[in-house]
Amino acid sequence: MLNFVVRRLVSTIPVMVFVALFVFSLIYFAPGDPAALIAGDQASAAEIERIRLSLGLDRPFFLRFFGWLGDVLQGDLGVSVFSQLPVTTLIGQRLEPTLSLMVMTVVLSVTIAVPLGVVAAARQGTWIDRFVMTFAVIGFSVPVFVIGYILSYVFAIRLNLLPVQGYSPLAEGFWPFLKSLLLPSVALSGVYVALIARITRTSMIEVLSQDYIRTARAKGLGQGPILFVHALKNASVPIITVIGIGISLLIGGAVVTETVFAIPGIGRLVVDAILRRDYPVIQGVVLLFSLGYVLINLCIDLIYTLLDPRVRY
Amino acid sequence: MRKSAFLTTCLLLAGIGLGATGESAEEVLRIKPSGDVKVLDPMLGSDSMARNYGYMVYDTLFAVDADLKIQPQMVDAWSKSDDGMTYTFTLRDGLKFSDGATVTSADVIASLKRWSVNDSLGQQLNTNGATYAEVDAKTFTLTLSKPWGLVIDALGKPGAPVPFIMPARIADATAPTDPVKDYTGSGPFMFVAEEWVPGAKLVFTKNPHYTPRAEAASGFAGGKVAHMDRVEWLIIPDQQTAIDALKKGEIDINEDLAADLIPLAKQDPNVVVTKQDEIGVAQQIRLNTLQPPFNNPKVRQAVLHAVDGNDFLAAVLDDPSLGKVCPSFFICSSPYFTDAGFPAPDLEKAKQMLAESGYDGTPVVLLDATENTNIHAFVTVADQLLQEIGMNTRVEAMDWATITTRRKSKDPVDAGGWSIFISGPGGLDYLEPVSHLGLRSNCENAWFGWPCDDQIETMRADFAGLSDLEERKALAAKIQARALETVPYVPIAVQYQIRAHAANLTGILTPPAPVYWGIERK
Repeated sequence: MLNFVVRRLVSTIPVMVFVALFVFSLIYFAPGDPAALIAGDQASAAEIERIRLSLGLDRPFFLRFFGWLGDVLQGDLGVSVFSQLPVTTLIGQRLEPTLSLMVMTVVLSVTIAVPLGVVAAARQGTWIDRFVMTFAVIGFSVPVFVIGYILSYVFAIRLNLLPVQGYSPLAEGFWPFLKSLLLPSVALSGVYVALIARITRTSMIEVLSQDYIRTARAKGLGQGPILFVHALKNASVPIITVIGIGISLLIGGAVVTETVFAIPGIGRLVVDAILRRDYPVIQGVVLLFSLGYVLINLCIDLIYTLLDPRVRY
Repeated sequence: MRKSAFLTTCLLLAGIGLGATGESAEEVLRIKPSGDVKVLDPMLGSDSMARNYGYMVYDTLFAVDADLKIQPQMVDAWSKSDDGMTYTFTLRDGLKFSDGATVTSADVIASLKRWSVNDSLGQQLNTNGATYAEVDAKTFTLTLSKPWGLVIDALGKPGAPVPFIMPARIADATAPTDPVKDYTGSGPFMFVAEEWVPGAKLVFTKNPHYTPRAEAASGFAGGKVAHMDRVEWLIIPDQQTAIDALKKGEIDINEDLAADLIPLAKQDPNVVVTKQDEIGVAQQIRLNTLQPPFNNPKVRQAVLHAVDGNDFLAAVLDDPSLGKVCPSFFICSSPYFTDAGFPAPDLEKAKQMLAESGYDGTPVVLLDATENTNIHAFVTVADQLLQEIGMNTRVEAMDWATITTRRKSKDPVDAGGWSIFISGPGGLDYLEPVSHLGLRSNCENAWFGWPCDDQIETMRADFAGLSDLEERKALAAKIQARALETVPYVPIAVQYQIRAHAANLTGILTPPAPVYWGIERK
């Protein structure tokens, strides 16, 4: 097991180097000039050029790439072209809101979706099943921002129960923290509830048709223990896989949610950086996302061994 | 069972909601600004948000009042020598930086030297041989090698980059092309760097060392009294969310309200919708005069005859009072505004002029910043208009950051160049000929499009030597007459920026950039 973990971690190194080179090249060759944005709309070409030189944006591709790579290997992701703050500081400022949003969304999604999927499978073909599937189709079909606006209108504007926008850090109290995340995480969890509920249902239907379930029923075991103890554990591998993929996809969903609810998270950081061509920030965040993606997949592989003893590495 | 669960949920949510109404003794003003401050140095370039940040943190020697007249601000008294070559300034008493240090002549001189490198009027000041000398801690002189009539205009200019005053230890130690890293300022508020979340939040607190002038606040001039202990700029990227936050009282001011949300804001009795200022932005079609077909002045003249600003404004505004067509190269509120000689829109005449120009169907490439709804709408109207008069157009969609690179290209359109981009620079840069961004016709040094005309440049230089208003107006009219022949750009209209604010706020000023001193809560 330890060997597997070490091998997987080592194998991430070439992946990360490739990602770094790809992202750097993509950004280098994309049009756009941060110096022009700093100089302002009214600046002349000469004024922009002065700022470009000052920022070192005139240096050749390989000089800039290897300089950046050398810094990254020493844990230095560089400095934002605009704010002049270290990229690690900027990511640090934005990590808590995004992680909080993601954790709350995953917890909400799993808590709602897994029981829904299990019940739909147990009552296959009934109105409950159809209700869950209809809910899943709606969850898939309605964009996150539409759900966000509807939730905001009802719970923030009409009922005045929750804030329209903003993020309150956990350090400022649990209730304000929860309040600021409730609507965004509900909005974001719609699609994941749909995804997880559907997979849970499909996986459970397959497991419930197995002989050992019939045996359990014949022994007089109650419906609850059969569904949630025997069947769910055996149906959990594909569910865990889709939860893992969902967490990766959350990164994209968080961008929209953070914009609608004005949450200062990583998603907004990277969108702003792309719009401004703030190269060090884009590179730093993409590297972080890639690393997160690799680690999530590693965790999922390890969880498989806990759920299914037949899985060995 | 279900009923009790529902009630529990409602009570929980209600409890959460009630918890939100904690009162603070500190007076806080929360604002959604028109954009984010990209760089915390207002003297680095002409970025409008950096300028707005500058007005919070720094003060100026002179400033324009509500009537755009220049008034002393940090200066107590000033005089000019008989030969017009030496200016002597005395700073007023009690001036201190936000760190408590006294503002001295050395600080002012260092700040002006740094500012002058990046500013067009500052560069002209240097060209006229400006040298500074410290007389004592509160008095300094500015001596020119030849008379120049715009010294006070330059020192009191409200457009970016503004000659803000910062400590000499910062101005001297920071190259004009590098942003400052120490935010000590001379203005009514202090920037709280520890709470800065770039792209999300800027926090300012009242500067306890600032001494306002005794006069009432007017424009950027007068007593800058900070009634609020703390001002927060919250960057809310979604306009709908911002207006919802204003209606719910989570923010107090929403700057640069999107036109389609104005009716929504007006529905709320607790929200007031007003113009941010009376100058507005100068929407315009910028033409690349280096490449065909716009290297031919007759083609440019044809476009000038074709454009009706009302068509453009109608594409973005429901309320016509939020825009104004100014048939002039000078903005409507400029003292030099004149419509003399400016052609009335006439499509038939434009078609005829285009035919007579010898236009051969050369493609016209319009750069379209699709993420900017205003620019996108204007490009769509311009595209249709140019096609109507017989031009072969091609719209290329991109984001604004790409346009800022693309418009630097002087290549032909098929080699990555461009023919037209549409922009709305602040009207402050369209008030008078010398600092006029659009009229500049000094070829390589002109704004993108690089118009080139010796006559306009000579007259702009002559303008700087005049001090009589009537003489200046006469010369401005001559400059316009020449510009109607060369057409360095095509004015569309003035568009006003709209502010929505909580009805319980008083004392909001309306200078050409948003400022937050003088504001109180009823």
